[in-house]
Amino acid sequence: MENVLSGKVVILGDQGVGKTSLILRYLEKEFDRHISPTIGASYFSCSVAIKNVIVKLQVWDTAGQERFKAMTPMFYRNANIAFLAFDITRPETFQNIQNWVTELNGNIHTHVIMIIIGNKSDLSNDRKVPREEAIRYSNGIGATYYECSSLKNLGVDRIFESAAIKLLKHLDPYFNNYIDCENSIDAPSCSLSATDVGNVVVLGRSKDNIAHGTTVSNKCC
Amino acid sequence: MASNCEVEPGAAPESALVTTDSYENFQQMSSSLEEIKNSNFTSSTQDEFLDNCNNIDSDLHVNCSTVSVSSQDEDYIRDEEWLGKSKHIFVLSSAGKPIYSRYGNEDRFASYFGIMQALVSFVQADDDSIRSMHAGDTKFVFLFREPLILVAVSKTEECTSQLTAQLNYVFNQIASMLTLSRLVKIYEQRRNYDLRRLLTGVERLIDHLLDFSEQEPAFTLGAVQCLPLTSSVRDAISSAIVQSCSKIKNLVFGILLANNQLITLVRMKKYCIHPHDLHLIFNLVQASESLKTAEIWTPLCLPRFDASGFLYGHVSYLAEDCQACLLLLTVERDAFFSLSEAKQRIVERLRRGNCLEAINESLNTKEETCVDIGFPELRHYLYKCKSTAQFHQPSMGAPYTINCKRLLDLYRRAHYRLHCPTRPLKLLFERTSEDALLAWDTRGFELYAILEPLTDTGNAIATVGRLLNWIKKREDKLFQLNAPTF
Ligand SMILES: Nc1nc2c(ncn2[C@@H]2O[C@H](COP(=O)(O)OP(=O)(O)OP(=O)(O)O)[C@@H](O)[C@H]2O)c(=O)[nH]1
Ligand SMILES: [Mg+2]
Repeated sequence: MENVLSGKVVILGDQGVGKTSLILRYLEKEFDRHISPTIGASYFSCSVAIKNVIVKLQVWDTAGQERFKAMTPMFYRNANIAFLAFDITRPETFQNIQNWVTELNGNIHTHVIMIIIGNKSDLSNDRKVPREEAIRYSNGIGATYYECSSLKNLGVDRIFESAAIKLLKHLDPYFNNYIDCENSIDAPSCSLSATDVGNVVVLGRSKDNIAHGTTVSNKCC
Repeated sequence: MASNCEVEPGAAPESALVTTDSYENFQQMSSSLEEIKNSNFTSSTQDEFLDNCNNIDSDLHVNCSTVSVSSQDEDYIRDEEWLGKSKHIFVLSSAGKPIYSRYGNEDRFASYFGIMQALVSFVQADDDSIRSMHAGDTKFVFLFREPLILVAVSKTEECTSQLTAQLNYVFNQIASMLTLSRLVKIYEQRRNYDLRRLLTGVERLIDHLLDFSEQEPAFTLGAVQCLPLTSSVRDAISSAIVQSCSKIKNLVFGILLANNQLITLVRMKKYCIHPHDLHLIFNLVQASESLKTAEIWTPLCLPRFDASGFLYGHVSYLAEDCQACLLLLTVERDAFFSLSEAKQRIVERLRRGNCLEAINESLNTKEETCVDIGFPELRHYLYKCKSTAQFHQPSMGAPYTINCKRLLDLYRRAHYRLHCPTRPLKLLFERTSEDALLAWDTRGFELYAILEPLTDTGNAIATVGRLLNWIKKREDKLFQLNAPTF
């Protein structure tokens, strides 16, 4: 019998940084250059298999356009994980991450796993946000930093796997005792991922978040 | 001819769409949201969103710098291509700040916006309002709708009232994204606010709306076209929606559409939707490819329904194998998951009842041309049933497959002749060397028929009489004849 766990993910970040492209790359294995801006928010669900555990993620991909700003609390309010995405060629989108972090800290009183994502790593010639700066900032707030390119399909799967593992560890303090695969996943790409600063988290098993016994096929949606 | 007047294909005692008069007062709005909320004791969460919207100035988030004014300041006055456009549309704030231009970057001709604003406010100072100016073959049409000014500069044949109607659509498109209340409040707080900050992405919708309204007779007629389906299928679809949503409170509209045609519209008792609002919904769906990849949840204001607040919409395509788009609109901002489940139930029911296949079949069947249906002298027609605000047209046949703009121009002109405020005609028959046109306005319907140029009056009338009978026989299929409620 497999263990099934579920968690809620919200993707935040300025318009055009590539939030929708990221989730579509992960789920549909596709990239569409002429994708239209998200309206309101899109809902996706996906499953990530980590050894013998299936982690079901309910993902809200929010719209970055300013006029939808007022409705974002609705989507991050119950989130376990926040993906904060920016575009490495647009420094203002990185600046704005800090506003999101402040807002999340002010409005969510439970623990949120924050993952900061520098997207469009394929455009390294136009890079305006140094990797070190992004890593330093992420470490400072207890977040993890990843870079990826949805266009080239680099580093995308790793973000979702790492999110799933962090969620597992958070929901199940004994998880580490019988499984430790985060390193094995991060290892080949350690040049891109920042060192994980062990967040001080209140560990506890949340009953409503854990369901047992459902069989789910690998990474289906 | 008089006898056929009574045929009135598509007429129904009850309509889910508000019936329209042409060039009616666009500004008339209703306030249905308050009513619904009061009668259903909804939680007060709805207003939270609007309240959140109000303190735009204290927003933490820095707006990404979107527009950079180029220093070389291209002069559009000397730009042949720009000048050659047949219809420009501009939107500015009442303080003269540029908001939208159909062509070119509006920052490059900020001074023209100043002139437009000055013109409008100059005339307004005399408690009057400027509606249009004519210079040679160019019309300047103005619409002042607090707090925005909209201007059309047109070399097309459209008359002032048609251009005004188009400007009203643009205004409503903007209002549907922000609500009118918020729009007014923004400018009360800051007269010089740069609205473009809140309208990123909306300019795409406006561009699309303008093209769309120039290509679709639905806009001229103030009506919508239904996807042809046998009435038993359409009823099965409606009842699948009604049954799947039976436990959901405060659902206002359920709309299923495909390929710019309405499949069904289910509504809350006592409420109807205005065709203009439905056109904005069609525009949104058509302009947003991204809807195809996921379920979305979005606020949406239907200005003719209630300009003061948002409805919330669950929007999704039915299935990979059935590209019809379903919108479930509610006043509850937290209803996403219950509507998402309802959608699953709807799809299951439709699948079991073979309705998805029926929809696909209709979508894949090429509509018949007039020749196909046995009217060789008839080239094309528009039939609008007034009591249901629905219309029908055949597929384009020769010669308009190549030049459909000419066809639409003919219809627009005829429509104007039947509705011009000073001397509206009831019946119009015109012949040119290229085509003959018969337009007829009765209490129950409007009919516009384009015929072969040599058709004489007698033949035209006989043809139209036969046509009405033909439509009448198929009215079950071509129109939604009932107005189901939740
Ligand atoms: N070069 C490059 N372009 C990308 C990448 N990811 C996305 N883009 C492009 O960036 C643009 C915006 O992508 P979206 O995924 O729509 O951005 P978004 O963050 O969802 O935007 P909103 O929905 O408006 O908030 C599109 O033109 C994409 O093709 C990437 O990894 N590399
Ligand atoms: Mg997006």
